[in-house]
Amino acid sequence: MKIEVNTHERCMIDFAAKHPEVLVMSADLGSSCEVKKFRATYPDRYLTMGIAEQNMCSWAAGMCREGFRPFIHTFSVFLYRRILDQLEMSVAYPNLPVVFVGFVPGITTPGGVSHQSINDVGVLRTVPNMTIFDIGDATEIEGVLNLAYEVNGPVYIRMLRKEVPRLFPADEPMQFNRARVLSEGDDILILSSSICTEEAIRATGALKAKGLSVQHMHVSTLKPFTDPAILDALKKCRYGCVTIENHYQIGGLGTAVADMIAENGLGTKLVKIGVPGYTHGASKMYLMKKYGIDAMSLVNAVESLAGKDLGITEDFLEEERFVDFLEV
Amino acid sequence: MTDSTRSFKTRYTKAETQKIANSIRRQILGIAIRSGGCYLSQACSSAEIIAALYTKIMNLGPSAGNWDAIPFPGVPGPDNMDYQHGSLYNGAPAPDKDRFFVSCCHYASVIYCALAATGRINPAALDKFNVDGWNMEMIGAEHSPGFENTAGSLGQTVSIAAGTAHARKIKGETGLVYCLLGDGELQEGQTWECIQTAGHYKLDNFVVVIDANGQQVEGAIKDQMTEEPLVDRFESFGAKCVTCNGHDIDDIVKACRTGHKNRPLVVICRTHGYTGVPLLKKKWPLLHFVRISAEERPEYEKVYEELGGKC
Repeated sequence: MKIEVNTHERCMIDFAAKHPEVLVMSADLGSSCEVKKFRATYPDRYLTMGIAEQNMCSWAAGMCREGFRPFIHTFSVFLYRRILDQLEMSVAYPNLPVVFVGFVPGITTPGGVSHQSINDVGVLRTVPNMTIFDIGDATEIEGVLNLAYEVNGPVYIRMLRKEVPRLFPADEPMQFNRARVLSEGDDILILSSSICTEEAIRATGALKAKGLSVQHMHVSTLKPFTDPAILDALKKCRYGCVTIENHYQIGGLGTAVADMIAENGLGTKLVKIGVPGYTHGASKMYLMKKYGIDAMSLVNAVESLAGKDLGITEDFLEEERFVDFLEV
Repeated sequence: MTDSTRSFKTRYTKAETQKIANSIRRQILGIAIRSGGCYLSQACSSAEIIAALYTKIMNLGPSAGNWDAIPFPGVPGPDNMDYQHGSLYNGAPAPDKDRFFVSCCHYASVIYCALAATGRINPAALDKFNVDGWNMEMIGAEHSPGFENTAGSLGQTVSIAAGTAHARKIKGETGLVYCLLGDGELQEGQTWECIQTAGHYKLDNFVVVIDANGQQVEGAIKDQMTEEPLVDRFESFGAKCVTCNGHDIDDIVKACRTGHKNRPLVVICRTHGYTGVPLLKKKWPLLHFVRISAEERPEYEKVYEELGGKC
């Protein structure tokens, strides 16, 4: 698997070259959000706002009203917990196209609970007018800015940084509100997002080797959540569906799927894999295992839904993993 | 003559501006008497400030808004972005024209009265004030006449206005951006985040006007949360700051004309929440929302008639 490095850094510069009204705003974390080179390239289009996220958010709304397209860069956690009121009243209510580029989503930071945005999707799904993208690989990093630019309203991106695997073909960019089919089958439906998709790919390979027919789809648009292909897949999976996400068990992908199942009167059994509560500071792989959002947890959930012991062990799962994020 | 140019004028004498301030107080006292309560004290403290802004300070074009009140046009959303924005009543946006943001949005009735008194909306539109289903709400939002944005959560509008001023400066526009604040709102941390940033970016096209009536919901500001020395605070955060008598039109105009090269200007207008309606003094400082009971009504009606109103 190819590991790409600093993909957003390159994409943000290329994107801004095409759109002169695009600005980057930073609350002192730009160099941790891959826009250091952007600042050097476009110093006049890089606005340092100080460590003052509330003002930055409302200020962006003012810039946006005058025709600029601000892309706010900071850690995910500061874009919804700290400034939810500003995000709602200054930006979401008037439906302004401010793009919130949130870095180190979920447990992709060793920074501990204050840095880990484990319930951002749950909170922001309840914000009217908001669109939410959850990035899963380098190809999606390359595609998401163009998608965000086309949305008529505010956008929240759960962005990945530094070493990120390329899971999907570079010439097949992400599509709005369309899941990506990675495996076709009808025993089990696996819906995965963010860094959990790599885990799900690994688990799917093992499950298929044991004779299970697996439909695996990667989801990158979490709001809106109306992809008819997901609904079709929910209808056809014999044993049920497992969702796995880099997020709290409540409010994210799993909850969106539960809504879809209920609203369509389906009886599909659902297992929601996510972190069970607040987490602590440690390496990504340690946290994924500790809080059960890894390939083995997914295999266990599938075995439980199918009522079968498939005899898959950790050793069976491919050991290829992407490089841990060690910096805060 | 089109609706929007009806009785639009650009030059007002001091007497005419004072007359508008008086009419704002009179009309809102009338509303308070009829409905049993209103944000009356805010009208008493800000009438001269808002009358002076509209007639002598801001450079606004004629209203581009509907002459009459309209039904609530719906919340903004992907399918509703072309609703009538309240800012149109301050004139169509143009590079050389000023812009006006009202952070203290419970002053909505004061703004509506000022619009009516300056030929920007039909005075009859005030009949729809606080009427269910209309755009003349008691607390203004994007669609309310005279309002640029939704300001009910304090501390945000000053940042939105400053962001607008920053954008206009980058674009090379010559118009200024004015933002009206209450003094209670200065307790919000975001206000100070904004001033430090406006100072950092040298926003000399940004003017903050404060109705410093010294009162907040739970009492006198000095007893709730010390804010003074305000001038020193604003200056140390990067603004030019002056004070004036907020009931003296000449003083307000002079203060707003203070030079502020390379930094924003903050004008603190010292006011009283009972000016023009001295009866309110006995309720001070609990004047955030003034209720007028049946027993009190006759004495307020007397003041109303003295101000020229007809009961």
